[in-house]
Amino acid sequence: MNAEVAAATAAPEKKEFWRWQENTWFDETKNWKDAKIITCGIDVGSVSSQAVLVCDGELYGYNSMRTGNNSPDSAKNALQGIMDKIGMKLEDINYVVGTGYGRVNVPFAHKAITEIACHARGANYMGGNQVRTILDMGGQDCKAIHCDEKGKVTNFLMNDKCAAGTGRGMEVISDLMQIPIAELGPRSFDVETEPEAVSSICVVFAKSEALGLLKAGYTKNMVIAAYCQAMAERVVSLLERIGVEEGFFITGGIAKNPGVVKRIERLLGIKQVETKIDSQIAGALGAALFGYTLMQKQAAK
Amino acid sequence: MIANYGYKDGSGEYYISIDTDKCIDCAADRACLTACPKHMFEIITDDYDDEVAWVKKECTRALAYDCAGCKPAGGYTSLPCTTACTPGAIKHSW
Repeated sequence: MNAEVAAATAAPEKKEFWRWQENTWFDETKNWKDAKIITCGIDVGSVSSQAVLVCDGELYGYNSMRTGNNSPDSAKNALQGIMDKIGMKLEDINYVVGTGYGRVNVPFAHKAITEIACHARGANYMGGNQVRTILDMGGQDCKAIHCDEKGKVTNFLMNDKCAAGTGRGMEVISDLMQIPIAELGPRSFDVETEPEAVSSICVVFAKSEALGLLKAGYTKNMVIAAYCQAMAERVVSLLERIGVEEGFFITGGIAKNPGVVKRIERLLGIKQVETKIDSQIAGALGAALFGYTLMQKQAAK
Repeated sequence: MIANYGYKDGSGEYYISIDTDKCIDCAADRACLTACPKHMFEIITDDYDDEVAWVKKECTRALAYDCAGCKPAGGYTSLPCTTACTPGAIKHSW
Protein backbone atom coordinates (compact mmCIF):
# COMPACT_ATOMS: atom_id res chain seq x y z
CA MET A 1 0.00 0.00 0.00
CA ASN A 2 1.51 3.32 -0.99
CA ALA A 3 1.53 6.34 1.32
CA GLU A 4 -1.36 8.09 -0.44
CA VAL A 5 -3.67 5.09 -0.15
CA ALA A 6 -2.66 4.57 3.47
CA ALA A 7 -3.42 8.21 4.25
CA ALA A 8 -6.79 8.04 2.52
CA THR A 9 -7.89 4.86 4.28
CA ALA A 10 -6.52 5.63 7.75
CA ALA A 11 -9.07 6.50 10.44
CA PRO A 12 -9.23 10.28 10.91
CA GLU A 13 -7.44 11.53 13.99
CA LYS A 14 -10.09 12.18 16.64
CA LYS A 15 -9.60 15.53 18.27
CA GLU A 16 -10.69 15.76 21.88
CA PHE A 17 -12.04 19.31 22.02
CA TRP A 18 -13.38 18.77 25.54
CA ARG A 19 -9.93 17.96 26.97
CA TRP A 20 -9.02 20.61 29.52
CA GLN A 21 -5.51 21.49 30.62
CA GLU A 22 -4.12 19.27 33.37
CA ASN A 23 -1.53 21.05 35.45
CA THR A 24 0.99 20.77 38.25
CA TRP A 25 2.40 23.60 40.35
CA PHE A 26 4.55 24.04 43.41
CA ASP A 27 5.94 27.04 45.25
CA GLU A 28 9.59 27.22 44.18
CA THR A 29 10.37 29.84 46.83
CA LYS A 30 9.82 27.29 49.60
CA ASN A 31 11.31 23.93 50.55
CA TRP A 32 8.87 21.36 51.86
CA LYS A 33 11.66 19.84 53.96
CA ASP A 34 11.54 22.94 56.19
CA ALA A 35 7.89 22.32 57.11
CA LYS A 36 6.92 20.87 60.47
CA ILE A 37 3.52 19.57 59.36
CA ILE A 38 2.79 18.42 55.81
CA THR A 39 -0.80 17.53 54.99
CA CYS A 40 -2.39 16.42 51.77
CA GLY A 41 -5.90 16.69 50.38
CA ILE A 42 -7.03 14.35 47.62
CA ASP A 43 -10.21 15.26 45.75
CA VAL A 44 -11.35 12.40 43.54
CA GLY A 45 -14.14 13.93 41.50
CA SER A 46 -16.26 12.35 38.80
CA VAL A 47 -14.29 14.13 36.08
CA SER A 48 -11.06 15.47 37.63
CA SER A 49 -8.79 14.50 40.52
CA GLN A 50 -6.55 16.82 42.48
CA ALA A 51 -3.83 16.33 45.07
CA VAL A 52 -2.89 19.39 47.12
CA LEU A 53 0.03 19.65 49.54
CA VAL A 54 -0.13 22.08 52.44
CA CYS A 55 3.03 22.85 54.45
CA ASP A 56 2.39 24.33 57.91
CA GLY A 57 -1.05 25.51 56.85
CA GLU A 58 0.08 27.18 53.59
CA LEU A 59 -0.51 25.97 50.04
CA TYR A 60 2.71 24.42 48.72
CA GLY A 61 1.80 22.54 45.54
CA TYR A 62 -0.82 20.63 43.62
CA ASN A 63 -1.52 18.35 40.71
CA SER A 64 -4.80 18.40 38.79
CA MET A 65 -5.62 15.70 36.27
CA ARG A 66 -8.47 13.80 34.69
CA THR A 67 -10.06 11.03 36.81
CA GLY A 68 -9.43 7.57 35.41
CA ASN A 69 -11.69 4.56 35.51
CA ASN A 70 -10.96 3.73 39.13
CA SER A 71 -10.81 6.00 42.15
CA PRO A 72 -7.81 4.49 44.03
CA ASP A 73 -5.59 4.74 40.94
CA SER A 74 -6.79 8.28 40.24
CA ALA A 75 -5.91 9.30 43.81
CA LYS A 76 -2.47 7.65 43.56
CA ASN A 77 -1.71 9.18 40.18
CA ALA A 78 -2.77 12.66 41.27
CA LEU A 79 -0.50 12.55 44.31
CA GLN A 80 2.38 10.86 42.49
CA GLY A 81 2.30 13.64 39.88
CA ILE A 82 3.23 16.31 42.44
CA MET A 83 5.47 14.10 44.63
CA ASP A 84 7.66 13.17 41.65
CA LYS A 85 8.22 16.86 40.85
CA ILE A 86 9.42 17.74 44.33
CA GLY A 87 11.13 14.50 45.41
CA MET A 88 8.63 13.69 48.14
CA LYS A 89 7.50 10.27 49.35
CA LEU A 90 4.15 9.29 50.90
CA GLU A 91 5.92 8.71 54.25
CA ASP A 92 6.87 12.41 54.31
CA ILE A 93 3.20 13.41 54.53
CA ASN A 94 1.78 13.56 58.07
CA TYR A 95 -1.92 13.38 57.26
CA VAL A 96 -4.04 12.70 54.19
CA VAL A 97 -7.71 13.62 53.82
CA GLY A 98 -9.83 12.26 50.98
CA THR A 99 -12.78 14.16 49.56
CA GLY A 100 -15.03 14.23 46.51
CA TYR A 101 -17.13 11.59 44.87
CA GLY A 102 -14.43 8.91 45.34
CA ARG A 103 -13.31 10.00 48.82
CA VAL A 104 -13.91 6.61 50.46
CA ASN A 105 -11.68 4.98 47.86
CA VAL A 106 -8.47 6.86 48.63
CA PRO A 107 -6.40 3.97 50.00
CA PHE A 108 -3.85 6.06 51.92
CA ALA A 109 -6.30 8.60 53.41
CA HIS A 110 -6.56 8.90 57.20
CA LYS A 111 -10.01 10.49 56.99
CA ALA A 112 -12.75 11.22 54.45
CA ILE A 113 -14.63 14.55 54.51
CA THR A 114 -17.44 15.59 52.17
CA GLU A 115 -16.60 17.91 49.29
CA ILE A 116 -19.17 20.40 50.58
CA ALA A 117 -17.21 21.09 53.76
CA CYS A 118 -13.90 20.98 51.87
CA HIS A 119 -14.97 23.44 49.15
CA ALA A 120 -16.14 25.90 51.79
CA ARG A 121 -12.83 25.60 53.65
CA GLY A 122 -10.83 25.87 50.41
CA ALA A 123 -12.82 28.90 49.22
CA ASN A 124 -12.25 30.57 52.58
CA TYR A 125 -8.48 30.18 52.07
CA MET A 126 -8.51 31.22 48.41
CA GLY A 127 -10.89 34.16 48.68
CA GLY A 128 -10.35 35.16 52.30
CA ASN A 129 -12.77 35.29 55.22
CA GLN A 130 -15.09 37.64 53.29
CA VAL A 131 -16.38 34.63 51.29
CA ARG A 132 -19.95 33.72 52.24
CA THR A 133 -21.62 32.25 49.14
CA ILE A 134 -19.85 29.54 47.18
CA LEU A 135 -20.85 28.00 43.91
CA ASP A 136 -19.01 24.80 43.07
CA MET A 137 -19.53 23.88 39.45
CA GLY A 138 -18.11 20.40 39.37
CA GLY A 139 -17.71 17.84 36.63
CA GLN A 140 -21.03 16.11 37.17
CA ASP A 141 -22.78 18.05 39.91
CA CYS A 142 -23.33 21.54 41.15
CA LYS A 143 -23.35 22.82 44.73
CA ALA A 144 -24.47 26.04 46.32
CA ILE A 145 -22.91 26.61 49.74
CA HIS A 146 -23.11 29.27 52.44
CA CYS A 147 -20.33 29.50 55.00
CA ASP A 148 -19.30 31.67 57.94
CA GLU A 149 -16.11 33.71 58.28
CA LYS A 150 -14.18 30.58 59.27
CA GLY A 151 -15.29 28.61 56.22
CA LYS A 152 -17.75 26.44 58.17
CA VAL A 153 -20.82 25.44 56.14
CA THR A 154 -24.09 27.02 57.32
CA ASN A 155 -26.34 26.05 54.40
CA PHE A 156 -25.87 23.90 51.32
CA LEU A 157 -27.70 22.46 48.38
CA MET A 158 -26.42 19.98 45.84
CA ASN A 159 -27.84 18.97 42.50
CA ASP A 160 -26.35 15.79 41.11
CA LYS A 161 -29.38 14.43 39.31
CA CYS A 162 -28.52 15.77 35.89
CA ALA A 163 -25.56 17.23 34.03
CA ALA A 164 -27.12 20.61 33.26
CA GLY A 165 -25.00 23.29 34.92
CA THR A 166 -21.94 21.07 35.19
CA GLY A 167 -18.55 20.78 33.55
CA ARG A 168 -19.58 17.65 31.68
CA GLY A 169 -22.35 19.61 30.00
CA MET A 170 -19.80 22.13 28.76
CA GLU A 171 -17.59 19.30 27.48
CA VAL A 172 -20.52 17.96 25.45
CA ILE A 173 -21.06 21.37 23.83
CA SER A 174 -17.32 21.73 23.19
CA ASP A 175 -17.28 18.45 21.27
CA LEU A 176 -20.48 19.30 19.43
CA MET A 177 -19.11 22.67 18.30
CA GLN A 178 -15.62 21.23 17.67
CA ILE A 179 -14.08 24.11 19.56
CA PRO A 180 -11.49 23.62 22.33
CA ILE A 181 -13.17 23.97 25.71
CA ALA A 182 -10.90 26.82 26.84
CA GLU A 183 -12.09 28.94 23.88
CA LEU A 184 -15.81 28.60 24.58
CA GLY A 185 -16.01 31.35 27.19
CA PRO A 186 -14.26 34.11 25.20
CA ARG A 187 -16.09 33.14 21.99
CA SER A 188 -19.48 33.40 23.73
CA PHE A 189 -18.98 37.18 23.90
CA ASP A 190 -18.22 37.47 20.19
CA VAL A 191 -21.89 37.92 19.25
CA GLU A 192 -23.82 40.97 18.08
CA THR A 193 -26.87 40.29 20.22
CA GLU A 194 -27.24 38.01 23.22
CA PRO A 195 -29.38 35.01 22.17
CA GLU A 196 -32.06 33.36 24.31
CA ALA A 197 -30.79 30.54 26.52
CA VAL A 198 -31.23 26.94 25.38
CA SER A 199 -32.80 24.36 27.75
CA SER A 200 -31.32 24.66 31.22
CA ILE A 201 -32.97 21.52 32.53
CA CYS A 202 -31.19 18.79 30.59
CA VAL A 203 -27.92 18.53 28.64
CA VAL A 204 -29.46 16.12 26.14
CA PHE A 205 -32.23 18.61 25.37
CA ALA A 206 -29.70 21.46 25.29
CA LYS A 207 -27.60 19.54 22.77
CA SER A 208 -30.67 18.89 20.58
CA GLU A 209 -31.62 22.56 20.77
CA ALA A 210 -28.07 23.61 19.91
CA LEU A 211 -28.16 21.45 16.79
CA GLY A 212 -31.52 22.97 15.87
CA LEU A 213 -30.12 26.49 16.27
CA LEU A 214 -27.16 25.69 14.01
CA LYS A 215 -29.55 24.43 11.35
CA ALA A 216 -31.61 27.59 11.79
CA GLY A 217 -28.59 29.69 10.90
CA TYR A 218 -27.12 30.61 14.28
CA THR A 219 -23.35 30.99 14.27
CA LYS A 220 -21.33 28.70 16.56
CA ASN A 221 -20.59 31.66 18.81
CA MET A 222 -24.31 32.40 19.20
CA VAL A 223 -25.01 28.78 20.14
CA ILE A 224 -22.18 28.85 22.68
CA ALA A 225 -23.54 32.10 24.11
CA ALA A 226 -27.01 30.50 24.39
CA TYR A 227 -25.54 27.52 26.23
CA CYS A 228 -23.44 29.67 28.60
CA GLN A 229 -26.57 31.68 29.40
CA ALA A 230 -28.54 28.46 30.05
CA MET A 231 -25.84 27.22 32.40
CA ALA A 232 -25.77 30.55 34.24
CA GLU A 233 -29.57 30.57 34.63
CA ARG A 234 -29.52 27.02 35.91
CA VAL A 235 -26.95 27.62 38.67
CA VAL A 236 -28.42 30.99 39.64
CA SER A 237 -31.75 29.27 40.33
CA LEU A 238 -29.90 26.91 42.68
CA LEU A 239 -28.10 29.79 44.38
CA GLU A 240 -31.34 31.70 44.87
CA ARG A 241 -32.77 28.76 46.79
CA ILE A 242 -30.23 29.22 49.57
CA GLY A 243 -29.89 33.00 49.12
CA VAL A 244 -26.93 34.95 47.80
CA GLU A 245 -24.75 37.17 49.97
CA GLU A 246 -21.81 39.40 49.03
CA GLY A 247 -18.50 37.56 49.13
CA PHE A 248 -19.43 35.34 46.20
CA PHE A 249 -16.88 32.76 45.12
CA ILE A 250 -16.90 30.16 42.35
CA THR A 251 -14.93 26.92 42.52
CA GLY A 252 -14.58 24.06 40.05
CA GLY A 253 -13.55 23.96 36.43
CA ILE A 254 -16.35 26.16 35.11
CA ALA A 255 -14.94 29.06 37.16
CA LYS A 256 -12.33 29.24 34.35
CA ASN A 257 -15.02 29.90 31.76
CA PRO A 258 -15.65 33.67 31.61
CA GLY A 259 -18.68 33.11 29.38
CA VAL A 260 -20.52 31.46 32.26
CA VAL A 261 -18.97 33.45 35.11
CA LYS A 262 -19.78 36.87 33.64
CA ARG A 263 -23.34 35.81 32.89
CA ILE A 264 -23.80 34.54 36.48
CA GLU A 265 -22.45 37.86 37.77
CA ARG A 266 -24.85 39.72 35.49
CA LEU A 267 -27.85 37.69 36.69
CA LEU A 268 -26.93 38.01 40.37
CA GLY A 269 -25.85 41.62 40.15
CA ILE A 270 -22.65 40.94 42.13
CA LYS A 271 -19.00 40.28 41.23
CA GLN A 272 -17.18 37.16 42.32
CA VAL A 273 -14.19 37.39 44.65
CA GLU A 274 -11.06 37.05 42.51
CA THR A 275 -8.21 34.64 43.23
CA LYS A 276 -4.95 33.67 41.56
CA ILE A 277 -5.19 30.07 42.75
CA ASP A 278 -6.59 27.41 40.37
CA SER A 279 -10.34 27.18 41.09
CA GLN A 280 -10.30 23.43 40.49
CA ILE A 281 -8.21 22.67 43.58
CA ALA A 282 -10.59 24.23 46.15
CA GLY A 283 -11.90 20.88 47.40
CA ALA A 284 -8.50 19.22 47.76
CA LEU A 285 -7.07 22.38 49.32
CA GLY A 286 -9.89 22.44 51.88
CA ALA A 287 -9.25 18.75 52.63
CA ALA A 288 -5.54 19.43 53.21
CA LEU A 289 -6.41 22.35 55.50
CA PHE A 290 -8.79 20.12 57.48
CA GLY A 291 -5.88 17.69 57.82
CA TYR A 292 -3.65 20.48 59.14
CA THR A 293 -6.25 21.48 61.76
CA LEU A 294 -6.62 17.85 62.86
CA MET A 295 -2.84 17.52 63.20
CA GLN A 296 -2.70 20.67 65.29
CA LYS A 297 -5.50 19.36 67.54
CA GLN A 298 -3.64 16.06 67.96
CA ALA A 299 -0.43 17.88 68.83
CA ALA A 300 -2.23 20.02 71.42
CA LYS A 301 -3.53 16.93 73.29
CA MET B 1 -26.39 24.13 59.28
CA ILE B 2 -29.27 23.88 56.81
CA ALA B 3 -28.75 20.81 54.66
CA ASN B 4 -30.89 20.58 51.51
CA TYR B 5 -31.29 17.15 49.95
CA GLY B 6 -33.05 16.70 46.64
CA TYR B 7 -33.05 18.09 43.14
CA LYS B 8 -34.63 20.30 40.56
CA ASP B 9 -35.80 18.79 37.30
CA GLY B 10 -38.26 19.56 34.52
CA SER B 11 -41.24 18.84 36.77
CA GLY B 12 -40.25 21.05 39.70
CA GLU B 13 -38.06 21.49 42.77
CA TYR B 14 -38.00 18.76 45.40
CA TYR B 15 -35.87 19.43 48.46
CA ILE B 16 -36.02 18.21 52.04
CA SER B 17 -34.27 20.73 54.31
CA ILE B 18 -32.85 19.64 57.65
CA ASP B 19 -31.73 22.21 60.21
CA THR B 20 -28.97 20.09 61.72
CA ASP B 21 -28.46 22.46 64.66
CA LYS B 22 -31.84 21.22 65.91
CA CYS B 23 -30.75 17.59 65.42
CA ILE B 24 -27.70 17.67 67.67
CA ASP B 25 -29.67 17.36 70.91
CA CYS B 26 -32.84 16.00 69.33
CA ALA B 27 -35.84 16.75 71.53
CA ALA B 28 -37.96 14.24 69.60
CA ASP B 29 -35.71 11.24 70.30
CA ARG B 30 -34.87 10.77 66.61
CA ALA B 31 -38.54 10.24 65.75
CA CYS B 32 -37.87 10.92 62.07
CA LEU B 33 -36.18 7.53 61.72
CA THR B 34 -39.40 5.62 62.36
CA ALA B 35 -41.94 8.21 61.18
CA CYS B 36 -40.95 8.01 57.51
CA PRO B 37 -42.72 5.03 55.88
CA LYS B 38 -39.85 4.81 53.38
CA HIS B 39 -37.16 4.99 56.11
CA MET B 40 -35.39 7.75 54.23
CA PHE B 41 -33.73 9.31 57.26
CA GLU B 42 -30.56 8.14 58.90
CA ILE B 43 -28.32 9.47 61.68
CA ILE B 44 -24.75 10.20 60.63
CA THR B 45 -21.73 11.93 62.09
CA ASP B 46 -21.24 15.02 59.94
CA ASP B 47 -17.99 16.75 58.92
CA TYR B 48 -18.00 18.75 62.14
CA ASP B 49 -18.41 15.61 64.32
CA ASP B 50 -22.06 16.27 65.17
CA GLU B 51 -24.62 13.43 65.09
CA VAL B 52 -27.36 14.64 62.78
CA ALA B 53 -30.08 13.31 60.50
CA TRP B 54 -29.72 13.21 56.75
CA VAL B 55 -31.65 11.81 53.81
CA LYS B 56 -30.06 8.59 52.59
CA LYS B 57 -28.08 9.13 49.40
CA GLU B 58 -30.07 6.55 47.46
CA CYS B 59 -33.31 8.45 48.20
CA THR B 60 -32.24 11.98 47.24
CA ARG B 61 -32.90 11.60 43.51
CA ALA B 62 -36.44 10.24 43.79
CA LEU B 63 -38.11 12.43 46.43
CA ALA B 64 -41.01 13.42 44.19
CA TYR B 65 -42.03 9.76 43.95
CA ASP B 66 -41.00 8.48 47.39
CA CYS B 67 -42.71 11.31 49.29
CA ALA B 68 -45.85 11.32 47.13
CA GLY B 69 -47.62 8.80 49.39
CA CYS B 70 -47.33 11.13 52.41
CA LYS B 71 -48.75 14.19 50.64
CA PRO B 72 -52.49 15.09 50.81
CA ALA B 73 -53.21 12.99 47.73
CA GLY B 74 -51.96 9.98 49.68
CA GLY B 75 -54.49 10.58 52.43
CA TYR B 76 -52.28 12.47 54.90
CA THR B 77 -53.23 15.86 56.29
CA SER B 78 -49.68 16.50 57.48
CA LEU B 79 -46.35 14.95 56.61
CA PRO B 80 -45.33 12.18 59.07
CA CYS B 81 -41.68 13.32 59.10
CA THR B 82 -42.35 17.00 59.83
CA THR B 83 -45.04 16.10 62.40
CA ALA B 84 -42.72 13.68 64.22
CA CYS B 85 -39.87 16.19 64.23
CA THR B 86 -41.18 18.38 67.04
CA PRO B 87 -38.09 20.66 67.05
CA GLY B 88 -39.11 21.63 63.50
CA ALA B 89 -35.87 20.67 61.81
CA ILE B 90 -37.43 19.05 58.73
CA LYS B 91 -39.12 20.98 55.91
CA HIS B 92 -40.30 20.04 52.42
CA SER B 93 -39.95 22.56 49.60
CA TRP B 94 -43.05 21.35 47.75
